[in-house]
Parts: sequence; structure tokens; C-alpha cells
Amino acid sequence: MKEKTAIQEFVKGIWDENPILVQLLGLCPTLAVTTAAENGLAMGMAATFVLLCSSFLVSMFRKVIPGQVRIAAYIVIIATFVTIADRFLAAFVPDISKSLGPFIPLIIVNCIILGRQEAFASKNGIGRSLLDALGMGLGFTLVLLVLSSIREILGSGTWFGMNIMWESFAEWGVMSQAPGAFITLGCLIAGANWINARRKA
Amino acid sequence: MNLLVIFIGAALINNFVLQQFLGICPFVGVSKKVDSAFSMGMATTFVMVIAAMVTWLVYNLILVPFNLQILQYVAFILIIASLVQFVEMFIRKVSKPLYDALGIFLPLITTNCAILGLALTSVLKEYSFTETLIYGVGAGIGFTLALVIMAGIREELELVDVPKSFQGAAITMIIAGSLALAFMGFAGII
Repeated sequence: MKEKTAIQEFVKGIWDENPILVQLLGLCPTLAVTTAAENGLAMGMAATFVLLCSSFLVSMFRKVIPGQVRIAAYIVIIATFVTIADRFLAAFVPDISKSLGPFIPLIIVNCIILGRQEAFASKNGIGRSLLDALGMGLGFTLVLLVLSSIREILGSGTWFGMNIMWESFAEWGVMSQAPGAFITLGCLIAGANWINARRKA
Repeated sequence: MNLLVIFIGAALINNFVLQQFLGICPFVGVSKKVDSAFSMGMATTFVMVIAAMVTWLVYNLILVPFNLQILQYVAFILIIASLVQFVEMFIRKVSKPLYDALGIFLPLITTNCAILGLALTSVLKEYSFTETLIYGVGAGIGFTLALVIMAGIREELELVDVPKSFQGAAITMIIAGSLALAFMGFAGII
């Protein structure tokens, strides 16, 4: 494989190797918290924070952590940062923290984060790992934002809590519930596939 | 009666996969064949029930008395990871055929958010020990049910002409959406 430049390392997470649309990782929080744009954004930022900090530590200690216990070590590092993010959200934005519920602690088992540690941070230097983490986090946040915007606009007629649809707009109740999440994500993935197929052709 | 409500609630009404979005990764990854979906479901149920009990004990007997709730996440994930390792060794010793059947699914269970989600929700809902146990069994059965239904549909799907962009994950999501819609029908039963 060709050596990537620093910028490519950053950009790949946003589209080419987008964690949700292409790698299909971290789907649980993606589906669960995207009922409102605000929640999607908060979730994306919390996950990006955890991803950045863990990638930094893992890449710093990559030569010290013994191979056999590396997964356990990564998980403890991730769990620590998740606790910090969780307390931070609970202290500063208690409403969002409440509506995200158990999905903030569930960042621990978000496969994107563990996956990046295993596939990237444990093999690359700090600078590159941070760029990679930032790109992946941004890609994750963007998809969450798009998904939650679609669901919030169609499901409750608002965007970030503001009314944006016309007066007589009938809300699609199903969009803010479970089926809406699955179907919207299915369409987004199909859309990404379609665009990629077009670009290659 | 209360226990029955918890059981049905966890298995059907608030089905872990289809209504609460926990354990989506194995749901998408391992639902290609009915056999393996069933094995995965059983292995997960097994770990879920044990994990629910152990995390309940650790939370209520160690973390709460010492005022260490802040360590909850780190403690839970360590318990689950070591539990999965332990269960793996135990099954290998006791029943070789079962071990071969479960194969690679066992280690994957560590990163199944349904397990951690279960432990966290039962703490959040302040369930008693028995309630936690029933909740775990119900959630496990609900998980298995969703996985097996999905695998059944996907086996049929192989014969169907799906539009190119929708092949793979996209169509799986759409089907999961329809299943979730069907499961919403259970909402009225309790």
C-alpha cells in the first residue's frame, strides 16, 4: 500500500473509510441517539473526544503495552476517557446527558474506537494517530448530524429545536422511533454506495 | 407478575436489538445463516445472564458501599471482558462440541453493547437481584429471537434481485426497520 500523506490520513475518515457508511462500525449509538440533531451532535463530539484522547495515549504507549493484553489495556484507557466525557456532559449539559442515557457509557464498546486503536494508533506515531482519530471522529459526527437532522425534521418538524417546517406539516411519527432510524440509515448507506459506484465508473 | 412484565418487556416490547439498538454489530454481522445466528444468540444470552448477575453483585456489594460509583464503567467492562474469557475456557473444558459450534463468536461478545447496556440499564432502573436475573434472560431471548428472524429473512434474500446500491448492509437496515415496525405492535400487550 502506498504511504499516505498526513492530509490523506485525515481526510480518509470523512468519506473513503467513513466509519459508519463504509466500515459499518459503531451502529448502535448511530441508530439510538439520532432522534434529534442536538443529541446526534453531542454524541458525535463525545465519541470524537474519547477517540482523540485514547488514540493519543495508545499511540504514545504502543511500544510499552504487551501484545497479549493490549485489548484489555485499550478498553481500560477508553473506559477512563468515557467516564470523563460522561461526567463532563452531566455537569454542563444535563438535559442532553439525560436523553442520551446509557449511550454515553456505551461509547466504551463502540467498535470504531477500539477498531482505530487496534488498526491504527497501535502501529503509528502520535501525530498521525491524532489526525486519523480526528478524521474518523469527524466522519462519525457528520453522519450522525445528517441522520439526526433528517429524523428530527421529518419526525418532529424541527431542527435543533427550531420550527422549520410549514404550518400544516404532519409529523412522520415513525421517524423518531426505532424503524425510522433503521430505514433512514439504510437509505444513507445505499446513497453512499451509489455515489461511490458512480465515482468509480 | 412484576417479573413476568419485566421478562416480556425485555424480550418483546423493548426488544434489545430492534427497539433499543443494542447489539447491532452482531445483528448485522452474524445474521447470514439461521444456525450460526442461533448459536450466537445462545452464547450471548448465556454471557448476558451471568454478566447481569455479577455486575449487580459488584455494583451493590462493592461499588455502592465504598462510594465508588464513578468507577462503574471501568469495573463493568473489566468484569464483562474477564467473564467472556472465563466462559470461553469453561466451555472448552466442559463441552468441546459446543465450543467448536460457538467458535469465534465468544470473544466477539465482549464488544457486544447489549451486555454492557444490560448491566447499565439494570443499575439505572434499580432492579433487585431477581429482577436483574429475569431482565437478563428476557433480553437474551429477545436478542436471539431478533437474530434468528433476521437470519431467516436474509437466507431468503439471497434469491432476490436487490438493487445494486442496496445490496449488503443497506437492505439489512431496511429489513430491520420493517421488523422494528412489526415489534412496535407488541407495545400494547402489558
